[in-house]
Amino acid sequence: MSTAFDLLLAAALLWSAWRTLATPQIGRAVILFIVFGLLLTLAWARLDAPDIALAEAAIGAGLTGALLLDAVAALRARRPDDEEGQS
Amino acid sequence: MKALWRSLTVVALLGLAAALLVAVLGLPPAPVKLAGEVATNLGASGVSHPVTAVLLNFRGYDTFLEVAVLIIALLGMLAAGLPPPPPTGSRNAMLPTLARLAVPLMVLAAVYLLWAGAFRPGGAFQAAAVLAAAAVLLHLAEILAPWPRDRRGPRLAIAGGFLLFLAIAAALLANGGLLRYPPEHAGLLIVLIESGLTVSLAVNLAAFFLLRADKT
Amino acid sequence: MSAGLIYAATGCLLFVLGLGGVLLLKALLRRILAFNLMGSGAFLVLVGLAQRDGTPDPVPQAMVLTGIVVAVAATALALTLARRWHALTGREDIARVGDAGSRARRMANDRRKVGR
Repeated sequence: MSTAFDLLLAAALLWSAWRTLATPQIGRAVILFIVFGLLLTLAWARLDAPDIALAEAAIGAGLTGALLLDAVAALRARRPDDEEGQS
Repeated sequence: MKALWRSLTVVALLGLAAALLVAVLGLPPAPVKLAGEVATNLGASGVSHPVTAVLLNFRGYDTFLEVAVLIIALLGMLAAGLPPPPPTGSRNAMLPTLARLAVPLMVLAAVYLLWAGAFRPGGAFQAAAVLAAAAVLLHLAEILAPWPRDRRGPRLAIAGGFLLFLAIAAALLANGGLLRYPPEHAGLLIVLIESGLTVSLAVNLAAFFLLRADKT
Repeated sequence: MSAGLIYAATGCLLFVLGLGGVLLLKALLRRILAFNLMGSGAFLVLVGLAQRDGTPDPVPQAMVLTGIVVAVAATALALTLARRWHALTGREDIARVGDAGSRARRMANDRRKVGR
């Protein structure tokens, strides 16, 4: 039973990682990366590592996600006028 | 030509994946049991949670250098040029209310995590991450303004936790080694270091998001 | 097959997937994501392999905890560099060093023309 759950979670991790790299829109890729981080939190819990699960949930999914979304929004805002000297 | 290189890379990657899988699945049992070593020495470490004991006692220099790495990353950001502040006034009206409700609970959770780290899952890293997330939430709700690059408070907080760690580590050199705590004071010293570490890490992580170029 | 071994194998595949992304994708943000996937894969191998007999091992767990914090620091620095690169050149990728150089030269020429 638990092995089946592990295998399912492993498949979900690989799928979300693959979609993160393969999906065409970068905004969607970042959302998928956050999903990947949350799935990874589950994996750490399955590996008897509650410390890492806590850190992964707060940092891997939370802070990294916020940084990435901010960067995507900044790049998107600048794209229409694709000229130098915008900084 | 380009397509050829791409397919060659993919083939090489598939080979690497197969080799890694064979190596990992066929690995013989480890001759050393580090978990047993940790359990044997846990009594002398000053804390009763093994992961905290490893982080701050047995491999304390890892944690020490990690704080230094974070400071270097921040220096790199300052050197590379900070991003401009995000546009204001476009946020959801619900967000400030949510932030005001959630942030006190997050601070409470962070203090609990710091305190709990001595004997159960938790500790300085998780507490700092929750505090930093609280700061980012306040920033997104436009309650907390972005920090200009020469703001003194964050710099003092980041350097303070690191210097406290450095001072304790250097003082313990007299004891025969870097971060070799005397067993009777180990618990107190670890709590002291973790508190400084929490402040330093939290402000450093928040600074990755909140440090912005001046509006000029 | 223990849970540790399953996640160690998953970590290997994630590492290779991320490596492929770093090598084959051009967009800088995508490469940063791929690099993070590589890191997560390495973390899973580290902890999963040490726990393949089923008992939790605090030593790799503490190392991975450190690693996660370092990874977010590296990501923040990489994102700053990518945004700086975008602000300076208008590009979201690095196709080739030579291309970027010729583009920079072209821009310098354009500026000279505008100045004239």
